[in-house]
Amino acid sequence: MLTVRKVYLDHAATTPAHPKVVEAMMPYFTGKFGNPSNLHDMGREAKNAVEEARAKTSALINAKPEEIFFTSSGAESNNFALKGLAQANNQKGKHIIVSQIEHFSILHPAKTLEKAGFTVTYVPTDRTGLVDPGDIARAITKDTVMVSIMHANNEIGTIEPIEEIAKITKEKGVLFHTDAVASVGWIPVDVKALGVDALSLSGHQFYGPKGAAALFVRKGVRIKPLIEGGIQEDGRRAGTENVPALVGLGKAAELAAAEVSHRMSYTAQLRDRLQKGLTERIEHVVINGHPTRRLPNNLNLSMWYVEGESMLLFLNMEGVYVSSGSACTSRTLKASHVLTCIGTDAAVANGTLLMTLGTGSTAEDMDYVIEKLPPIVQRLREMSPLYEDMLKKK
Amino acid sequence: MEQYSSKVMEHFAHPHNVGEIENADGVGTVGNPVCGDVMRLYIKVDKNIITDAKFKTFGCGAAIATSSMVTDLVKGKSVDEALKISNAAVAEALGGLPRVKMHCSVLAEEALKSALDDYYKKQGKPSPVKMPAETGHEHEME
Repeated sequence: MLTVRKVYLDHAATTPAHPKVVEAMMPYFTGKFGNPSNLHDMGREAKNAVEEARAKTSALINAKPEEIFFTSSGAESNNFALKGLAQANNQKGKHIIVSQIEHFSILHPAKTLEKAGFTVTYVPTDRTGLVDPGDIARAITKDTVMVSIMHANNEIGTIEPIEEIAKITKEKGVLFHTDAVASVGWIPVDVKALGVDALSLSGHQFYGPKGAAALFVRKGVRIKPLIEGGIQEDGRRAGTENVPALVGLGKAAELAAAEVSHRMSYTAQLRDRLQKGLTERIEHVVINGHPTRRLPNNLNLSMWYVEGESMLLFLNMEGVYVSSGSACTSRTLKASHVLTCIGTDAAVANGTLLMTLGTGSTAEDMDYVIEKLPPIVQRLREMSPLYEDMLKKK
Repeated sequence: MEQYSSKVMEHFAHPHNVGEIENADGVGTVGNPVCGDVMRLYIKVDKNIITDAKFKTFGCGAAIATSSMVTDLVKGKSVDEALKISNAAVAEALGGLPRVKMHCSVLAEEALKSALDDYYKKQGKPSPVKMPAETGHEHEME
């Protein structure tokens, strides 16, 4: 089938590497291939490149370079934070607090820690996906070691009240980690302003390469390594550094620092255009997430009487690439735990599309989706027994 | 997830027999919107032969494709022959289904059996229909 246009609206899944990122990385595959642990010039050249990347990554989030530990992915950073902080500080207690809408790379390590003798409180959110800082304050006991609440949710884009929660954790002497994988590069992230002790970020979420991520750990905070057996990353993460990817992450961080305000305003106005166009043309549609405290490039819509995967497949035939929050696209055949937590009716949760914009998105792209999606929804509704039942009830 | 076969995509993109049959001789609705699929199957029966079958489905690509295929398979068959159509036959006719989507073929078999059951009841005859056991559904830990 001839596809005229390609519209990539899945930036929450991954972004392309910026051409300047690729350009910065290239010399480190061949000419400058040294191992940073080596003392000779080739090693030192690679070591300098990694340290420059560390400085750029730390600058993006207003941290010190020595507070940045490189990892291979956002999932690794989250595992490292949860397991590493809990285990290094378990003399204080064995209680952890997370929200119910965390990414599985937080929720699953939390389950693992439960099996290892920790207790975990899973705090709920309101219907917009916001955690109530009061719930955190009430959940903290003298046994609480750490709290982990994501900065922005990767599905519905809701931005959590991290500063307020940090005031509480600081007062109670509890460590606070935030998963900022979805937000870094898209909104300003400042670890000092947020008041967090640890923060996860991932390069391919903001025009860096895949395989390069980081965990910020505030100076003086103890953390146990996940991967042992080497001196790399100050002994916190063994394994020869992925030098080209880290150089790419550093470049992406530098670009993000310079562009973030443009990215916010640019994607927000396109997202608003898309949201307006779709909600005007499609009936029985719910916008998920917070109306204002939301990532600027995020649009998460649930449509009644149609199923998400079907919409995704038809959009794919039109060259439009999105994600779906339906049971059918997950191996578990359950609708998204995030939508379940915010109280989305399970039937409509299966009719969810997640569209996430990027700096390469255009107004023409939005208009193309606004033109293509409504007839797909209509066609699927005409095929849907649930729509038929709804019409008959009217 | 495994990719869909070209046959599945063909039936999904251009499904056969979509719609309703007025005064159908048998109608069956199975599934649950919470699990992501609901199928409704209509049959018209004349002298023990299924002369027409139509469907409406809320569901994923595989749910729509299996609905389309089961209605194709059942047309022209006797009621007795239709009773023997299994989920495996539906999946096979589609060139196979990804493992996690096999439950969609079970749903198609159930929808057909449910419509046949309704047909027997409308005829005032005892129904020989045994609903298949739901298999392919995997409720794993998240």
